[in-house]
Amino acid sequence: MEKIIRGRVWKFGDNIDTDFIFPGQFMHITDPEETKYYCFKTTYPEFLEKAKPGDIIVAGKNWGCGSSREQAAACLKYFGIGAIVAESVARIYFRNAINLGLPILIAPGVTKIVEQGDELEINLETGEIKNLRTGQTIKAQPLPPFMMEILKAGGLIPYLKKKIESGEIKIGE
Amino acid sequence: MGMTIAEKILAKKAGKDIVKPGEFIIANVDLAMSHENADMVLKNFVKLGLEKVWDPEKIVIIFDHRIPAETIKTATTHKRLREFVKKQGIKHFHDIGYGICHQVLAEEYDKPGMLVVGTDSHTTTHGALGAFATGIGATDMAMVWATGKIWLRVPETIKIVAKGKWPRGVYSKDFIIYTIGRLGVDGANYKAVEFHGPAIEELSISSRLVITNMSMEMGAKAAIIPPDNKTLEYVRKNIGTDFEPVYPDNDAEYEAVYEIDVSGLEPMVAAPHSPGNAKTVKEVEGTKIHQAFIGTCTNGRLEDLKVAAEILEDRKIHPDVRLIVGPASLRVLKEALKLGLIDTFLDAGAVIIPPGCGPCLGKHQGVLAPGEVCISTANRNFKGRMGSPEAFIYLASPATVAASAIEGKITDPRKYL
Repeated sequence: MEKIIRGRVWKFGDNIDTDFIFPGQFMHITDPEETKYYCFKTTYPEFLEKAKPGDIIVAGKNWGCGSSREQAAACLKYFGIGAIVAESVARIYFRNAINLGLPILIAPGVTKIVEQGDELEINLETGEIKNLRTGQTIKAQPLPPFMMEILKAGGLIPYLKKKIESGEIKIGE
Repeated sequence: MGMTIAEKILAKKAGKDIVKPGEFIIANVDLAMSHENADMVLKNFVKLGLEKVWDPEKIVIIFDHRIPAETIKTATTHKRLREFVKKQGIKHFHDIGYGICHQVLAEEYDKPGMLVVGTDSHTTTHGALGAFATGIGATDMAMVWATGKIWLRVPETIKIVAKGKWPRGVYSKDFIIYTIGRLGVDGANYKAVEFHGPAIEELSISSRLVITNMSMEMGAKAAIIPPDNKTLEYVRKNIGTDFEPVYPDNDAEYEAVYEIDVSGLEPMVAAPHSPGNAKTVKEVEGTKIHQAFIGTCTNGRLEDLKVAAEILEDRKIHPDVRLIVGPASLRVLKEALKLGLIDTFLDAGAVIIPPGCGPCLGKHQGVLAPGEVCISTANRNFKGRMGSPEAFIYLASPATVAASAIEGKITDPRKYL
């Protein structure tokens, strides 16, 4: 995981739900890699046409509310989205993103200093977010150390695998 | 300082005397439920390189979302999972047609004081029986399958006290739609919600399940109703006797307390495209509908079918409307058959679908076309939820949906009661 993430912004409003991000009609797609072809597929087709790996999502309140479907986080991760920054994030979506190793930050006020198409620079360790067009900065809420560790490991599965192999987590007890 | 129900259950499951909101804990899971998305769990579990799941007795897998299989991909998913449960010795496996995961858990598995996790957001449902129950992702569940443990942040608790007398034609669905409208769709994000008060105590177990199910739509991590005699009797009779009910301390600390007097409530809908877009039926009365759906983990129980059948008895649905009825479980379907409710629905012109999620998630069995309007007893009306992003979904009680199906437009059910 890169400490500094730079990318172009796709900006969204409040309460963007998981049906909007990954419509239910594609729920039979369970291969995480394959989910990347279905981000906003029927709800916002422009995204798949124009977004590029490395782009950043900036969203309003309650990003990812609704279903627990992990495809809604996986599709953006495997598409190559660099990070998600939101005013607030729905609980299960937040877990899913961290567990998949997709950087996700909560930065109240971020939508006020960022517009669609802006370039952002995010320092994951300090939580500092800089709008490279305007020079404005804002600070995200720091992630608890163990979540940073999961992100650095590339997600919960590689993190857990390492701990099981090292004997730090014992199986069958 | 005392603890709330959520704090007490989580403390116990983490092996601690006390936990506080904001604290991160590693907790031992009592019940780990997945539906078809167990396939995504499996893909992650395999990566860990482990032979066996932590405890095959505590894992429940239920096929409900896409049954019978609607695509080759789903058929392959089902096949892979059937092989996996056999190999792992997972006995609590329910194949197609047995019921919606949340209904099956409420019929056979939930007990007060349990920590239930499920790879479905509406896992909050099980708090109606006094459990701390929460939705998680597929990767989370792979950790549970491997270790029996999950990391959780101890949530703050919001207390909602419901008082007053339930007016005729007003159900727990109307109450929860009103409540989500009042608190907002993120009004309980990351929080546990406890529901108290005489108006809650008066409700049947079925009606309570509606409230905890739909609390997810205000972001709740868990929604819990303190177990009363009704709960204890229900669980002892249907599920088991080995449990310890958990109650809040008298000096428990709540982040906020809301009082709601149900006496003043009216039949409600959640209008497109948000469960928080609460309106009275009066405000939208007369809106033309094309499809009506009675079913789901929110309102597909026997009590719901009874209310709807009473309204539809000796009547026909409007010629421009399709009515789809999906009993929430095989048990519900069999009881409904015995009581003649299914006959009533068929005579009225309804289509019966097998126990499962049906059209709720827009995958099959009643997908909407652009421009169509559906009134549904489900819990979500997001844009595109039931098919076309240009369709419109209103959420309402079974009574309101049944009355609307007759008239072909959104209708106040009280004239039929």
